[in-house]
Amino acid sequence: MTTTAPRGTGAVAPGPGNGMAAPRRATIAARTLRTDRWWLQPLVTAVALLLFVVYATFRAFQDAHYFAEPYISPFYSPCLTTACEGDTFPELFTGPTWISPALYILVFPLGIRLTCYYYRKAYYRSFWLSPPACAVAEPHRRYTGETRLPLVGQNIHRYALYAALVINVVLFYDAVLAFRDETGAWGHMGLGTLVLLVNATLLALYSLSCHSCRHIVGGRINSFSRHPLRYRAWTQVSRLNARHMQFAWASLFSVAFADFYVLLLATDTISDLRFF
Amino acid sequence: MTYDAEFRVWRGDAAGGDLQTFTVPVNEGEVVLDVIHRLQATQAGDLAVRWNCKAGKCGSCSAEVNGRPRLMCMTRMSTFGEAETVTVTPLRTFPVIRDLVTDVSYNYDKAAQIPAFTPRPRDPDGSHRMQQVDVERSQEFRKCIECWLCQDTCHVIRDHEENKRSFAGPRFLIRLAELDMHPLDVADRRDAAQQEFGLGFCNITKCCSEVCPEGIHLTDNGIIPLKERVADRRYDPLTWLGSRIGRRPRS
Amino acid sequence: MELERHEYDVVVVGAGGAGLRAAIEAHESGARTAVVCKSLLGKAHTVMAEGGIAAAMGNTWAEDNWRVHFRDTMRGGKMLNHWRMAQLHAQEAPDRVRELEDWGALFDRTPDGLISQRDFGGHRYARLAHVGDRTGLELIRTLQQRTVALGIDVYMECTVTRLLTDDHGIVGAFGYWRESGRFVAWQAPSVVLATGGIGKSYKVTSNSWEYTGDGHSLALQAGATLVNMEFVQFHPTGMVWPPSVRGILVTESVRGDGGVLKNSAGNRFMFDYIPDYFRKETAESEEEADRWYTDKKNNRRPPELLPRDEVARAINSEVKAGRGTPHGGVFLDIASRRPAEYVRRRLPSMYHQFRELAEVDITAEPMEVGPTCHYVMGGVEVDPDTEAARVPGLFAAGEVAGGMHGSNRLGGNSLSDLLVFGRRAGAAAAGHALTRADRPELADDALADAARAALAPFEREGGENPYTVQHDLQQTMHDLVGIIRTEPEMDEALERIAVLKKRVGNLSVEGHRQYNPGWHLALDLPHMLLVSECIARAALERRESRGGHTRDDFPGPDPEWGRTNLVCARAADGSVTLTRQPLPEMPAEVAEIFEEQSS
Repeated sequence: MTTTAPRGTGAVAPGPGNGMAAPRRATIAARTLRTDRWWLQPLVTAVALLLFVVYATFRAFQDAHYFAEPYISPFYSPCLTTACEGDTFPELFTGPTWISPALYILVFPLGIRLTCYYYRKAYYRSFWLSPPACAVAEPHRRYTGETRLPLVGQNIHRYALYAALVINVVLFYDAVLAFRDETGAWGHMGLGTLVLLVNATLLALYSLSCHSCRHIVGGRINSFSRHPLRYRAWTQVSRLNARHMQFAWASLFSVAFADFYVLLLATDTISDLRFF
Repeated sequence: MTYDAEFRVWRGDAAGGDLQTFTVPVNEGEVVLDVIHRLQATQAGDLAVRWNCKAGKCGSCSAEVNGRPRLMCMTRMSTFGEAETVTVTPLRTFPVIRDLVTDVSYNYDKAAQIPAFTPRPRDPDGSHRMQQVDVERSQEFRKCIECWLCQDTCHVIRDHEENKRSFAGPRFLIRLAELDMHPLDVADRRDAAQQEFGLGFCNITKCCSEVCPEGIHLTDNGIIPLKERVADRRYDPLTWLGSRIGRRPRS
Repeated sequence: MELERHEYDVVVVGAGGAGLRAAIEAHESGARTAVVCKSLLGKAHTVMAEGGIAAAMGNTWAEDNWRVHFRDTMRGGKMLNHWRMAQLHAQEAPDRVRELEDWGALFDRTPDGLISQRDFGGHRYARLAHVGDRTGLELIRTLQQRTVALGIDVYMECTVTRLLTDDHGIVGAFGYWRESGRFVAWQAPSVVLATGGIGKSYKVTSNSWEYTGDGHSLALQAGATLVNMEFVQFHPTGMVWPPSVRGILVTESVRGDGGVLKNSAGNRFMFDYIPDYFRKETAESEEEADRWYTDKKNNRRPPELLPRDEVARAINSEVKAGRGTPHGGVFLDIASRRPAEYVRRRLPSMYHQFRELAEVDITAEPMEVGPTCHYVMGGVEVDPDTEAARVPGLFAAGEVAGGMHGSNRLGGNSLSDLLVFGRRAGAAAAGHALTRADRPELADDALADAARAALAPFEREGGENPYTVQHDLQQTMHDLVGIIRTEPEMDEALERIAVLKKRVGNLSVEGHRQYNPGWHLALDLPHMLLVSECIARAALERRESRGGHTRDDFPGPDPEWGRTNLVCARAADGSVTLTRQPLPEMPAEVAEIFEEQSS
């Protein structure tokens, strides 16, 4: 027990809460007393994510200029339909012509990023303002977090990871195919090959550094000493995990850049720089 | 090296109060708590403030300095400009008792609800054998000095008083993680973490990790792994099935 | 009078290591138990302990056992320890450490999975169970969580101002809630004092505000006695710069893990200060000292790891001789001796503390350190087996109890002291309460008198500011009854204390009773003055130098004083009386431990 002394009521909460005054808190009306530019980071995050979403949406629906021999844009890979440009992946089915092939696979990268523990922080803060920054009151009357649908679904992040790992393999496959030239002969490498390779690597690092991955490889066990191999794996993933945010941004940038590079090639705006 | 600083300190109690302005001398190397003590000794003898060790080890002197949750004993005056007004207010998530002292009994209530440590029996020689790698994860959370800054900054209860009933706050989520990862503990607290202590309320916006004066990675090393462990049990059909068949011993 | 009343079998005053351990034991012995503490639960000064818990578990050195630990403790205390306490302490400490693991503590491990043990000053073998350099935090958190799990009532932020007695001994305690200023009384046949030390009477101290000696003073006022009060430990390494952090502890583990002391000329001056008493077991050259860290069998300990009193005096002499650092300390250097990664791993909170508070990177540059008031060896005179004071129903454990550490405490022996004697006090207190059938009511006039005394500072207008009086007391003790003492200075100290006592009678405080630190200080000051007077009187009386008591006018030890304890009591008129008392004699089978290991 702390005390038995009766206490008065009154005072206000920093946030609106459920509309009721929080009992007995210090009466400070300001939503925050922070004097630094706390709004800058959520603003930058929001702008960057918005720019990406606008660009990616436009490109995904465009259904054109996503293949420039031997390169395929990562937005369109794996390209599964008979309508696909190029021949990078087995054509599995014929879909309606008005559906861009990008849309069939969009759910996979979208899935891991939406449920990713880093992006959750980023978009909860910068879009949902919950909270906009630490010790800055959020504008919502109610808050239930991830306790109910739909947000309780964030718990299936690991399945998004499994799917993303498959995509990662495909993107490496694409990068390997990019060592062929326009005629399909091996022994070629251009700037595009490098771009695809870097992109596939960053995306793989993003997947492997994910918190679910860290849990699956070893985090779930309590006795590391009895599982030395898994402990080693956990240690490595933990090291990557510390840079998960950096990988998240780097791979977001690289995937957009790789697509943009293919776009430039496909529209003959530039030509590929050939190393050999 | 001495200069006069302008301090705004919240004074009052549960019935009301306001920010009062003081001009107070500051010497080289001092921290905010030194200045508050000087105010106490020279201008406001009854200014209420909690403190103990003055070395960042006990977690008593928590307050908000320029709107940021901080330990006053670890906030150096040199981080502010000499012309800058320094505003010191009590923790805003908890009921105020007087001036900078708040009623933190919420935290002690939650602590009492956590299912206690339940060890496996000792080895035949009377000792508990554990490897360093097995204790290190829980040791990180045992660094916690219970300053309640993470509890204060967490928007789940800071902005929503009504959530205090169903949410235990970051401090106690890492306490649950500590026990769940403890090599000797045999109890399973995963259902309780989700249902009684409100793990699902956390939207991992990481303010707890940002304010922790001990540098504990509450979110990355504690809360997220706990969420994943809860997912193993409650949300992942494969691991659930695996544990039924008995292929995944939790050891 | 408005008064909240409670009834218990055992009331424990103080929620540090000793208090919580006592409460746990009392509760498990079947007593209804309450803990009363001045701060929030888990903030007690025990959290400041860094190095570890000394216990001869033999995990790193199989040669270690209780007899070696006992001998180290007695020699560290210059043989003035109560032999029975030192014996119990050395014998029981390992079990007390092991049971912490049953309650959730996670110590650092040896390669084969046992509790790792580290080197510390005065200990022959690496013996300190530890968690990095935050062992005290681990200890308090473990006991706190155990206390909560057992459902023991804890009265947080509640100060005891009086012990209540009748002709048969303790009947309860009186205090106030800091938060509201309201009064509260506990009726209880047993009270365990576990209030810690007295360091706040000194200007440069590693102690927190709670260390006002209130337990010592409450015991005296209830009719108990204090022993060995002249022995105050100055920890050799406190921070010296910047001024606002002066006194904050720099753990002995820095030296245990390889750090060395240097003066402004860059010399490892400790080699010049090896006393004959420890010469046989101390290294003669830097090379031998450095080899000792890895080969303890064939080399002797570095002089930096001499007991604290020796090191503190040496630092004091170096600074006085003009070989100090710019800020009046000496250099403690681990940066040039151990890799940065090792320092960060072994001493994380020291690294953090210096970086945050002094802008010093201890992996790259030396620290500046100097002596700081750290611990009082003296305290309530108790029975070694039960920790019972001379007043029936009153028990004392931890720093507030005296006798265990003699004239100087070894590092690491404090945390084990808390556990061993906290447990014993709790069991004995429960036993006393459960055998005492009658429950005498608290006398109304005693309660009214306690309340009146507590409110007196509000009645006076225009009196003294308590902060000023406290400052003057700290300055007096620092200047006149500090690390090096002389008769004229202590005479002057006693005169000044007499004046301060009058000033304390004339304190006034502003504001109201709700969480009013000025008022709280006003109520603590009489305790601080009473204890300061005991220290000064005992220090004046003991005409020799021994352990934590150094007289410039009597620089050597005196064998006659080596057999004598000084006991303080409070006379009816409120003055402090001093009695000489022979040291309890060691039985032959214990005494022979010193023969067998004198090699």
